[in-house]
Amino acid sequence: MKGFKRQKGQEKSQYAESRNEQSDLTEKDAQPADDERSGKGKSVSRRDLLKLAGVGGLGLLLGGGGVGAVLSASQRLESMLTEADTKDVVPFYGKHQAGIVTPAQDFICFAAFDLTTPDKEQVRNLFKAWTEASATMTSGVLLGTDNENINLPPSDTGEAAGLSPSRTTITFGVGPSFFDGRYGLAGLKPAGFRELPRFQGDALDEQWCGGDIGVQVCANDLQVAFHALRNLARIARGTAVLRWTQEGFQRTAQADPAGSTPRNLLGFKDGTGNPDTSKADEMNRLVWTQTNDGPAWMGDGSYMAVRRIRMRVEVWDRSTLGDQEDTFGRHRSSGAPLGKSKEFDKLDLAATSPEGKPLTPPTSHVALAHGNGSINILRRSYSYSSGLDKQTGQLDAGLLFISYQRDLFKQFVHIQEKLARNDKLNEYIVHKGSAVFACFPGVSQGGYIGDTLF
Amino acid sequence: MKLRYAVPAGVLVSSILFAGCGQAGTADQQPAATSKDTGATTQTTTPAATAPNFDQAVAAYRTYATEQCDTFVKKTEEFTNAVKAGELDKAKALYAPARMYYERIEPIAEALGDLDPNIDARDGDVDAADWRGFHRIEKTLWEENTTKGLDEFSDRLLSDAKLLRAKVETVNIDASLMVTGAVELLNEVSTSKVTGEEERYSHTDLYDFAANVEGAQKIYDILKTDLNQKDAALEKQIGERFTALQQELAPFKDGEGYVSYTKLKPEEIKKLSQNLDALAEPLSQMGKLLGV
Repeated sequence: MKGFKRQKGQEKSQYAESRNEQSDLTEKDAQPADDERSGKGKSVSRRDLLKLAGVGGLGLLLGGGGVGAVLSASQRLESMLTEADTKDVVPFYGKHQAGIVTPAQDFICFAAFDLTTPDKEQVRNLFKAWTEASATMTSGVLLGTDNENINLPPSDTGEAAGLSPSRTTITFGVGPSFFDGRYGLAGLKPAGFRELPRFQGDALDEQWCGGDIGVQVCANDLQVAFHALRNLARIARGTAVLRWTQEGFQRTAQADPAGSTPRNLLGFKDGTGNPDTSKADEMNRLVWTQTNDGPAWMGDGSYMAVRRIRMRVEVWDRSTLGDQEDTFGRHRSSGAPLGKSKEFDKLDLAATSPEGKPLTPPTSHVALAHGNGSINILRRSYSYSSGLDKQTGQLDAGLLFISYQRDLFKQFVHIQEKLARNDKLNEYIVHKGSAVFACFPGVSQGGYIGDTLF
Repeated sequence: MKLRYAVPAGVLVSSILFAGCGQAGTADQQPAATSKDTGATTQTTTPAATAPNFDQAVAAYRTYATEQCDTFVKKTEEFTNAVKAGELDKAKALYAPARMYYERIEPIAEALGDLDPNIDARDGDVDAADWRGFHRIEKTLWEENTTKGLDEFSDRLLSDAKLLRAKVETVNIDASLMVTGAVELLNEVSTSKVTGEEERYSHTDLYDFAANVEGAQKIYDILKTDLNQKDAALEKQIGERFTALQQELAPFKDGEGYVSYTKLKPEEIKKLSQNLDALAEPLSQMGKLLGV
């Protein structure tokens, strides 16, 4: 296992240390506990401190860190990381949550949770514990301190031990049901924030819809991403339960070192028209909720729309290239607009063929999604493949569509209504899942996710 | 991923300040919060203020296990007598209640080698030729609706039950067995009872479910005071989650017993399973009692 940070006095093998009580005692005798040192001679055990702190079960999972240990967690973690690690780390703390304008990593593990506690304080503690755990995991450090104790289940599930932080980001939001009155937060629900309207052609399945809390975990390694989500679910046990999950993928950096626009499972480049995330003013206009947009707690946050879109790949695979290109409004090979040769050539919806017909069918996906160009969203979608549809034996594969926008209804709903009515692509896709989440602003060190709301 | 080795004292103290419990004495700790983080990695394992007396706990548990075994033999005898007497309905009625005494102390049986498979194996758990015990009889009673051909299985079940009773006197019970046994009981529920796989012919899974939970709760009850001294928050949380699970199970009571597993709706099964996981997670931390 790579990466065990052992400092002075910890040279023994882990087995000798953890399995031999005698040597453990010797060590304790030889070295005063750091609690004692910092306690200015007062003998206060770690456990006593935890008791005083009133740390509950959530804290237990996190070892000594506990619910309240957010204050200096990040400084502590930083000191544990080598330079090589940090370049693979996306900072967890900041003005905005990571994972929104962060360049899309290779994999996603998405989860919607439902809260099971009636107690607002427990919800707050969950977010505190999740913050601590997220800051830790995105730094590539195992959770808790009980990872070498043979009498306890390890405090970290361990499957990411020795692996790189993999640019993990963990992004949290709350759904409309979070404000249903259980926690006295109904008054803080942003005006108009509600589940999406039913769009024409929707075939939503309850098992892919809704959720009190949405968590988007992205990483350049699926095992690392899964590890993060699994630990968050473990920490939540007794407070929140998983409602639905979906894993997704893109081509990896290894498969496409040039980092060109990824292709969806229909073989077309997807995301060419995305706004430029490096332009702060554009992100402020399109993605980040501004302070005067609604409740103060959502300032610097964003609204996330999630749609689980099944692709009828079998049907698609027997449609002609001409039909496929007309459906998207782009050339499959280059991604260029129809009649153009380069992917980023300007879309010209007015261009016509010599016979006077529009080069890009007005019902093509790109024509409808682009509209007059005034309304845009930040898409951050991943492909999914979830085995077979048992009934038909066809692949259950498609797109976990995710978009971030400053205003769900003016942006996403506006575009999706047009698409749902007319998009040629509707012949080949069906929307099976839907959820929306109000994603908090970023959290600063010492704070916790959701602290502007609580 | 790197291993976070120990929690510097500064963090612990800050957690007190942050939690803002307002307890007297918090202020006394404040200077420590500003003390330089030494980065020391001494494992912060401090011996418990009072070491739990496991002798007492083990004795209490042995008494419980022996009592359960006594009744188990008695109830198994009533059950096997009914089978051998050809009293089908009576045998069916006695089947699930008799098993509960066994299910409460299953970790003990598992510590006793072949007894558990001999008494409790399901179809496919062992070679077909070796399959005997409760579930072998269950299959004939419910699938074929007869008691015929079960005499030998009945005799062997009763003798296995008696053997269990004899061995429980001397089985080596230690604190570790108790602490892990409580979680194992819930894991049993999680893997086979809550899924309806255990009682695939009689559908009496909820009897086993309840008994496993009761057996785990007994261990918690015995260790509760010590656990409270070691980690009051953990003790409280386990207690609360036992209560939550019992409440979740209560609507499925039917007289002295429980409704058929087939009556459960998928949503109800899911909720039982989730409450079980919520309990088993903190319960798995009872190992803290072992002086860690």
